[in-house]
Amino acid sequence: MATSVLDHAHGTAHEKTGLWSWITTVDHKRIGILYGATAFLFFLMGGLEALLIRWQLAKPEHGFVSPEMYNQLFTMHGTTMIFLGVMPLSAMFFNFMIPLQIGARDVAFPRLNAFSYWVFLLGGLFLNVSFLLNAAPNAGWFGYANLTSKQFSPGLNVDFWVIGLQILGIASLAAAVNFFTTVVNMRAPGMTLMRMPMFTWMSFFTQILLLLAFPVITVALVFLMADRNFGSHFFSPGGGGDPILWQHLFWLFGHPEVYILILPAFGIVSEILPVFSRKPLFGYAAMVFSGAFIAFLGFGVWSHHMFSTGMGPVADAVFSVTTMLIAVPTGVKIFNWLGTIWGGSIQFKTPMLFAIGFVALFIIGGLSGVMHASPPADLQQTDTYFVVAHFHYVLFGGSIFGLLGGAYYWWPKMSGFMLDDKIGKLHFWLTFIGMNLTFFPMHFVGLHGMPRRVYTYPAGLGFETMNMIETVGAFLLGLSFLTFLYNIWTSARTRAERVAPADPWHGATLEWAIPSPPQEWNFNEIPQVHARDELWYRRRQAGGTLPEPERVSGAGIHLPNPSYWPLVTAIGVLVFFLGFMFHMVPVNILGGLLVLFGAMKWAFEPAG
Amino acid sequence: MADAHAHALEHPTSTGIDSRKLAIWTFIGSECMFFTSLISTYLVYKGKSLVGPLPHEASQCMLHGKMQECEQIFSIPLVTFGTAVLLFSSFFVVMALNGAQTGNRKKLLFWLSATVIGGLFFIGMQVYEFTHFVHEGLGYTTNLFGSSFYTLTGFHGSHVTLGVIWLSTVLILAFRGKLPPEKSLNLELAALYWHFVDVVWIVIFPVVYLMR
Amino acid sequence: MTFRKVPPGPGRLPGWLPLIAVALLAACSGPFPQSTLIPKGDFATMVDEVFMTTVKWAVVVFILVEGALLFAIWKFRGRPGDQEPEQTHGNATVEVVWTIIPAAILAFIAVPTVRAIFRTAEIPAGAMEVEVIGHQWWWEFRYPEQQIVTANEMVVPAGKPVVMKIRTADVLHAFWVPQFAAKRDAFPQKYTTLYFTTDSLGAFTGQCGEFCGIQHGRMGSLVIVKTADEFAQWVATQQVGSPMVNAGKVEVDTTTPSDPAAAQARSERDSVMARGQRAFMAGGCIGCHAMAGTPTAGLTGLQGPNLSHVGSRMRLAAGILQNTPENLARWLREPQVVKEGSLMKLPRPLTEDEITALVAYLRAHQ
Repeated sequence: MATSVLDHAHGTAHEKTGLWSWITTVDHKRIGILYGATAFLFFLMGGLEALLIRWQLAKPEHGFVSPEMYNQLFTMHGTTMIFLGVMPLSAMFFNFMIPLQIGARDVAFPRLNAFSYWVFLLGGLFLNVSFLLNAAPNAGWFGYANLTSKQFSPGLNVDFWVIGLQILGIASLAAAVNFFTTVVNMRAPGMTLMRMPMFTWMSFFTQILLLLAFPVITVALVFLMADRNFGSHFFSPGGGGDPILWQHLFWLFGHPEVYILILPAFGIVSEILPVFSRKPLFGYAAMVFSGAFIAFLGFGVWSHHMFSTGMGPVADAVFSVTTMLIAVPTGVKIFNWLGTIWGGSIQFKTPMLFAIGFVALFIIGGLSGVMHASPPADLQQTDTYFVVAHFHYVLFGGSIFGLLGGAYYWWPKMSGFMLDDKIGKLHFWLTFIGMNLTFFPMHFVGLHGMPRRVYTYPAGLGFETMNMIETVGAFLLGLSFLTFLYNIWTSARTRAERVAPADPWHGATLEWAIPSPPQEWNFNEIPQVHARDELWYRRRQAGGTLPEPERVSGAGIHLPNPSYWPLVTAIGVLVFFLGFMFHMVPVNILGGLLVLFGAMKWAFEPAG
Repeated sequence: MADAHAHALEHPTSTGIDSRKLAIWTFIGSECMFFTSLISTYLVYKGKSLVGPLPHEASQCMLHGKMQECEQIFSIPLVTFGTAVLLFSSFFVVMALNGAQTGNRKKLLFWLSATVIGGLFFIGMQVYEFTHFVHEGLGYTTNLFGSSFYTLTGFHGSHVTLGVIWLSTVLILAFRGKLPPEKSLNLELAALYWHFVDVVWIVIFPVVYLMR
Repeated sequence: MTFRKVPPGPGRLPGWLPLIAVALLAACSGPFPQSTLIPKGDFATMVDEVFMTTVKWAVVVFILVEGALLFAIWKFRGRPGDQEPEQTHGNATVEVVWTIIPAAILAFIAVPTVRAIFRTAEIPAGAMEVEVIGHQWWWEFRYPEQQIVTANEMVVPAGKPVVMKIRTADVLHAFWVPQFAAKRDAFPQKYTTLYFTTDSLGAFTGQCGEFCGIQHGRMGSLVIVKTADEFAQWVATQQVGSPMVNAGKVEVDTTTPSDPAAAQARSERDSVMARGQRAFMAGGCIGCHAMAGTPTAGLTGLQGPNLSHVGSRMRLAAGILQNTPENLARWLREPQVVKEGSLMKLPRPLTEDEITALVAYLRAHQ
């Protein structure tokens, strides 16, 4: 595998530019940018799918897309937003920020990190290529058996899904091993666990969830693929199998997955609120432990997705109560965020607006979550637009707002220039208003009896007005993201006038101690950490201000060598899975050999 | 794997544990969930097969194109022997690691070769067993037992195979004299993984073969 | 870097306040014939009570917490020249209190929830049983006591408990009658149950609640509630030609009426029926549908709905069309246009003559 990059205080750094340098890069910051750019493109794709969905549902009996195309759109919208949007956008920040926040020169395994990215990219492309064949996945992001069986889904659609998710799972697992090790092992001297920045903490819990949840979905996907390709009977009632096994395995993964999506945003918001309130995070320890508690409970509530399967009153009661319990640590977080801004001096910059918006919207998502934690109520609400409203409040109002806040907060650090704050605020308000217009009426339309995943609805059920409002809101959201793109474009154009200092926000964490963007080796010297809010501590010690760190030449700092073997190995993974797609064992073997070959070359090349 | 750096020791990690070792442990933790899911599925589907052959009891099954009485399919003595060999190979690799750490080349080569041979024997046992089962009428698609049994033990077998490839790579290094004591971590990592594969079998063997 | 003051102003009013007003207006602009918020059965009422309990608490929590948030961002807005705020790190007492309070509120929700779980799990005694079978993309209803098979429209008597035993013939579905009871998933190997009692007469819509493929969106159902007398009458009609009664055999009246006009009418009707029946067999309908007076009369478990009483149903194609002659003709002419991907695939297009005969024939099957 890869070697640990603890400190490379020998050798030299060399200038790296051009396409080849990106293909062979093992620099966590560049990989972070690759993750971010790729994920954002996929995210826009998922957004486009959402707009087509909303256009179709704008009025009853609308024939804008065919039922088949609609099913492909909503399946890919969910799959894309979760696996190709929110998760890798979080991974962008894991990559770029975790090493900086803990005072490391890179992640524990830089080449493994590159491998994760390439596998993610190839997996994402593989999933989306299906559109070109008009065979995009069409059985929902949750892919319930036995609709996914060969009998009921004979096309390639489900094959794309089942194989694409396995490929993406490998990327996630490799990254999780890497970041887990990085956080445990690569912390700078003095960076004790209880001094770690909250984003690092929440990301750390995310890695644990990934490590424990992804093997379960992998097993489920392997079963499904075996049923489809080799005629096994795991989910086929005809052979004695039980479709409900899929639901248990899927949600045993699926519920922790929800926290995989939201915990990084919790972390980002916990970074932004203190900095822009100019006071420390309230109840640091409680924030850490509530995060741990949420992650732990996340494995004990999966069956609340299955109340309508008729599990019996005892199981219903148990899963209902454990689910409601999660509201307690979540409430603690909300109150601690309130406690953080309480008594502060709030600076209304764009990142702060998104962070406050996050808190406001997440409260709504949390409350509707408690509503269908009650099984009798859930029996009415499950598979209706009420649930769609709920999870968009936590995933859009939560995860996306957190990620957008993080994007504005860390943009200067990652790019070296400031985004325009005025346009940023416009972006925020468009997103905030559009978000509520789109998703708030969904609560009502769901309670009034509109099921999810329907390509149209009849007139006369009272759904028309609310669906029209939702569609208007969705296009407002589309406009808000155009505003974001415009902000990036216009700010980049005038970047000379908006050069980012090392610490534009008076940040508390180590990433603000080094130039923007950081130099390739991050820290000229591995920092010594003295306090939880290290930079504030240093500033206080220095009597109020810190000198702007200078860019130095890299002589004397040894960096890991670039390598293309991660890419070769990643291609091997793709080829291996293509064998299942085409039912060609030689392709499997070829892919397997390529993986082995790449891994060997990788293991025996000098890591630097 | 093979590129341990001397300076990794000079600059200790936060925990003092080598990062590669920690990564293997982390990976093993993740693998536990993988095998837990597979074993749970096997247990959930135990006794749910619609036709034979069955693991522990005689049943009606389709063989040579007609329904007939089939005997129980498991042959416990063979698998017990394979299990013993796999367990002993865990002991062998401990001896090999000791040889590597103390710079005892002979000991290293002998015991590491023994480990690889033990692993190969287990794979051979499994290939024989699978072939025999297919001959007895238990295909992958025959019944739920076939699907869940082959998937579970097959995945374990593929882990054993990967372990054998990894250990063989280290063995080649050792033959070439590229495994000095300060690089013994390269063997230790493979050994960790190998122990894990054994431990999983210690769970699979009673659950699948002994439990009725 | 200095902190710039953002003046407080209407620009910072929470954007969702007017939106909530708009949404509430929209939400009140009904009518909502499929609403879970207008329960008409005992099961749905129990569910609604639990839901309303949580809603009340949620509104209280929402106002308090969002209020505190709004107050905080107004009160603690940064001003130019602000001193560094007091650097508090936490407060154990406060933190314990705000851990306990949500837990206490949850107890007030959890107790009625658990009570409702067990209450809704008790199937009332003396209930009438209906077997509900999901198909891609229509519902089959079998009445074991009454020996009836019908499709897409479940007729029940008012005031009598109805227990539904739900399963599927193919993929997972969920049977959902929002105003009477909630929803239950349909599985291939086991029955799930749901029950309700209602006094509301009329026809009420429901929809499939679990994604089940291309036409999940148009897998509707109706619950038709009749008085006990009307129900008994309906049962008697439906039993004629039911595959569960006498293997679907119907006593055919072969006598000729003495009145010539009646005899003429009978013979015309017989001739239409004969032409329709021929089309039914020649057009391939018989491959998927049970029909009284044809060789499939005694069969259950065919792919399509039993059509022996199709003329008595309110709607066609699982709720898409009103059951009128024009709609029936349209459905027969191009089923894949009316319901794309539907399993109603004609082996060959029907001729207009066949369609005319079939419409008359099918509508005569009341």
